Amino acid sequence: MSEGAVSAEAQAPAAWLADLGEARLDHEPESVRAMRARGLERFSERGFPRPNEEDWRFTNVAAVARTRFLRPPAGIDTAAAGRALASAGLAHCHEVVFVDGRHVPELSSPGVPPAGVAVHSLARARPADWEAFGAELGRRADVVNRPFAALATGLFEDGAVIDFAPGAVVETPVHLIFWSSAHAQPTATFPRVLVRAGENARATVVESYRGAARGVTLVCPVTELVAEAGAAIDHYKLQHESLDAFHLALFHVEAGRGANVSSQTFSLGAAIARHDVQAVLGGEGAEVTLNGLYLVRGRQLADFHMRVDHARAHTTSHELFKGVLDERARGVFNGRIHVHPQAQKTDAKQTSRNLLLSAEALVNANPQLEIFADDVRCTHGSTVGQLDDQAIFYLRSRGIGLEAARSLLTYAFAADIVERTRVEPLRRQLQEFLLAWIPHGEVVREAV
Amino acid sequence: MLLEIRNLHASVDDNEILHGVDLQVRPGEVHAIMGPNGSGKSTLAQVLAGRDEYDVSAGEVLFDGRDLLEMAPEERAREGVFLAFQYPVEIPGVSNTYFLRAALNAVRKHRGLSEFDAISFLKLVREKVKLVGLDESLLQRPVNEGFSGGEKKRNEIFHMAVLEPRLCVLDETDSGLDIDALRIVADGVNTLRSPERAFVVITHYQRLLDYIVPDFVHVLLDGRIVRSGGKELALELESKGYAWLEHEAAAEARA
Repeated sequence: MSEGAVSAEAQAPAAWLADLGEARLDHEPESVRAMRARGLERFSERGFPRPNEEDWRFTNVAAVARTRFLRPPAGIDTAAAGRALASAGLAHCHEVVFVDGRHVPELSSPGVPPAGVAVHSLARARPADWEAFGAELGRRADVVNRPFAALATGLFEDGAVIDFAPGAVVETPVHLIFWSSAHAQPTATFPRVLVRAGENARATVVESYRGAARGVTLVCPVTELVAEAGAAIDHYKLQHESLDAFHLALFHVEAGRGANVSSQTFSLGAAIARHDVQAVLGGEGAEVTLNGLYLVRGRQLADFHMRVDHARAHTTSHELFKGVLDERARGVFNGRIHVHPQAQKTDAKQTSRNLLLSAEALVNANPQLEIFADDVRCTHGSTVGQLDDQAIFYLRSRGIGLEAARSLLTYAFAADIVERTRVEPLRRQLQEFLLAWIPHGEVVREAV
Repeated sequence: MLLEIRNLHASVDDNEILHGVDLQVRPGEVHAIMGPNGSGKSTLAQVLAGRDEYDVSAGEVLFDGRDLLEMAPEERAREGVFLAFQYPVEIPGVSNTYFLRAALNAVRKHRGLSEFDAISFLKLVREKVKLVGLDESLLQRPVNEGFSGGEKKRNEIFHMAVLEPRLCVLDETDSGLDIDALRIVADGVNTLRSPERAFVVITHYQRLLDYIVPDFVHVLLDGRIVRSGGKELALELESKGYAWLEHEAAAEARA
């Protein structure tokens, strides 16, 4: 950059960072402190992402850089928070609740977690706990190329470490709720999650990011999920934050030999929701399914940046992402699949389908295949379109009104992903949201 | 009169396809409309159902004395007009029963009847599905998705049986059917024949009319009905071919 041509975004984020102060947890070891320092250093040196960067072409985060965020005030009204987040709860789950970034045991499920599960709050972790997971935390998340993961690594204040014991078959899903309250000032939180599934463990994890209806918040979660050999993990992430929120997340998943991870992301809220997803198929026979659904309107933006690394032979990845966009909303799907030279017999399939309900909505879809092995099967497909006129006419010719026909087809398009949700109370919650979201959803409700 | 078409002119993309069609259908009657490819048969069917790609530049269509062309497609359906599509549309994600229940309830609501709940609807559907020999597993599948050609056509007749329209327009329902499927479809149609209900059966070939015996046969050529007669007209066409009438029409035009 030439001298004197310092743009607003390029300002060293020092002042911006100073508002948030430092973060240091009781008992956190020197290695974690060093990791924080590396994250902050990296973020400071590169600054906020700019639209001239390839990875941020369609997602302008200047509004984040312009806003001064503070840490949420300490000390919450537990009763009020409990009422506010009642709708976020899921029946028959073990719930671990964070309000404004901090673990609140009183609002979490009482008693010990289900057998085979250990849950730790990072803020409450003792030296022995850090001993057990300190080296794992942040080991995989890429802070070099993911600026907000770097930032979050420097600034996280709390989060959860979930361990599924080898061989454990855990029927009860573990549900992490990250609730953002409305505050007079914009606030920022950096939820941190590490999920470790031991060999042959079978378990389900749900992450819900919810918040008050209005209120500017910055939420930068970093979730690392490691599935050891033969583990089968069902993971869900629901982002349903305030329409003024910025949600800038990294999800890193690593599947070992014969492990099977299925992850579904539902992105419904936020002004800007950016989901960086990094999947590493690191053991032979590993299988990863990544599905997503985003519903956006107004001037919302949802951005999925996927990177799937096939690092070993006989690995399988399936990606199916669907978006429904109304009004002036925008969607971004960037799907990179990287097949390493030794990853023969890779089977990778990627599909991105987008439904535009208005002429002003816009989607940028960009598949990127990087294949360095010769015996592989990689397919990708991407569609952006409107509701099918023929289908609408067909429905109308049977007596279904125009609006109902449009609703029905929109519902069907999105419900396809919702119905893949195996956690029933979550599926119902999503169906309710979908029916409330789609124009004239009530007519669909009558029909179902 | 249930359906009265007077001097109907219709075009698509400024290309006039129907050049003045007249047709009168009374309750209880079965009319066959025959014609070669490109004669305007499907255009007529689509115009009756309300496809908005077709512009009606002249003429009128009365259904039960009311202006049909003024009505939205769904209104026509609720009033009792049914089109069995030549190419039934696949609708991924919408189950056949779910769709049909929404349709039936829209129709019943319009007629001032109570809506069906899930259980009574299922009972009705089970009864009607037997009529067309449709595999019950297809009820839970998305509408027409992955159905064979014959299953799609039977599904159309099944929808018709459930919705109980007053005017059924069958657009080349016989195309792509083998003789067994044709018989099943025809049997389904025949059981739906009643003094209150009329059929307009559009077909290229006479063979469907062996099974659905029409009261009247009309020949559509180049956007006009050039001849009308009884069921024997279909047999005459079968033996002489459309060229016979095409020559006649050309001779008339010269005269």
